[in-house]
Amino acid sequence: MRTEEIVVVGAGQAGGEAVAALRMAGFEGGVTLVGDEPHLPYSRPPLSKDFLLGDVGTEVLLLRPPHFYEKHRVRTLLGRTVTKLDRDRRTITLDDGGSLTYGTLILATGGHARRLRDPMAEAAPNVHYVRTIADIERLRPELVPGARLAVIGGGYVGLEIAAVGRKLGLEVTVVEAAPRLLARVAGPDISAFVHRVHTEEGVDIRLGTTVTGFVPGDNGRVTAAVLADGTTVGADVVVVGIGLVPRDQLAADAGLDVADGIVVDEFCRTGDEAIYAIGDCTRHPCAEHGGMRRLESVQNASEQARVAAAAITDDPRAYAAVPWFWSDQYDLKLRSVGIAADYDQTVVRGSLDEGRSAAVFYLKAGRVRAAEVVSSPRDFGAAKKLVAHRAEVAPERLADLGTPLKDLLTSR
Amino acid sequence: MPRIVFVQPDGSTQEIEARTGESVMTTATSHLVPGIIGDCGGGLTCATCHVYVDKDWIDVVGRREGPEDEMLEMTSEESNEYSRLCCQIVVDSSVDGLVLTVPASQE
Repeated sequence: MRTEEIVVVGAGQAGGEAVAALRMAGFEGGVTLVGDEPHLPYSRPPLSKDFLLGDVGTEVLLLRPPHFYEKHRVRTLLGRTVTKLDRDRRTITLDDGGSLTYGTLILATGGHARRLRDPMAEAAPNVHYVRTIADIERLRPELVPGARLAVIGGGYVGLEIAAVGRKLGLEVTVVEAAPRLLARVAGPDISAFVHRVHTEEGVDIRLGTTVTGFVPGDNGRVTAAVLADGTTVGADVVVVGIGLVPRDQLAADAGLDVADGIVVDEFCRTGDEAIYAIGDCTRHPCAEHGGMRRLESVQNASEQARVAAAAITDDPRAYAAVPWFWSDQYDLKLRSVGIAADYDQTVVRGSLDEGRSAAVFYLKAGRVRAAEVVSSPRDFGAAKKLVAHRAEVAPERLADLGTPLKDLLTSR
Repeated sequence: MPRIVFVQPDGSTQEIEARTGESVMTTATSHLVPGIIGDCGGGLTCATCHVYVDKDWIDVVGRREGPEDEMLEMTSEESNEYSRLCCQIVVDSSVDGLVLTVPASQE
């Protein structure tokens, strides 16, 4: 086992899990965790839900309490940005001029919210993004009852913000460039289901149009978004959720292979034997469909952290976990497993046209390859197994709410 | 501080000082208890913090119910009437001495 210093760049979900996984695996050498936010590793999913609502405090978000890092000898350098990676000297340079030498480097740099290319919006105090605790602390005071909230982007983040907005009594409009909500992360059936629920909850949804500019108001604020279809959306506050850009520049500048994400193999190794990369910032092999993919998810970050730690501690095991994702909106618990990219049949379980619970399964050659489950923990638990086993099922039984899904597992 | 005992499948034990107010999952992951993963951070989504509560303690911490009960139907190691997802057990003085057995796998 290597005993020289391991430096982890990035103190998010992936970086936080990596230091824990290294210690869990028995690594005894030095571990340093560098993060550009002033916080110990914390959980981001609540940012757009309970944390925005003010229901939980910062300390509840932490993946592990401060005493963990002391007890397990993890040196933390927070509020520090890495400005340079020198692979020949195995050294990283920090923004305060300091430097660190590593034996092994783990890049867990995550991503940043994709920005609007609009100078007025960039400078406006009432235009917001959702990625960090600081983003939410800036946004929260603006979400006051009766205010008009314009959400740009109808993905998970945008729709979670829309749901919080309605809960807090704001007038909410969602603008999405694609012809349907959740176009990047869900199938058309679930998009329609979610669209219906948001409409029932009073959200004004504008599809297939983009924001072309903003109407300026006092003090640099914007007062409306101007859409490509010629209409405007009045707004007291704007939240932009149009995706994530992987932070791969440090790796690219150091000559590592980068292609919309740092390219790694199934052991999270880059082309440099001393450097691993994990989490949202990576492009990695897709065990489900072949080729390479990039995932923005907690589970992927944690799994890659464990895979990298295992490889570093001489117990390599290839990344093979089936990806899953979640989003909470109103009373909806949206859960998906697998990637609905390559299928020849969809099976709906329950009703998409009414109510608040349903599921959609994606099959190829009669085998379950992916599933989206709304508000049924029981069916989601079973769906994970069906997808993991690529279970061969009779579609009519899958669709039948009277048939427990676990029966389909045992009758394989 | 309340003390919680984690028993591994091989019979080895770890006794840990937990912090009042945190979940038992956080207690476990903060002390690197093997076999407690908790990927979803306590959101009743991943079911990777499954534990078997010692039968003398089950009425103190309460039994599985609701969404947690549903999630426990599909754990990698078969759940039973003493199974809980430990993200749903909050540490307070009543759990001082709590004994939990960690299953052989979580996924």
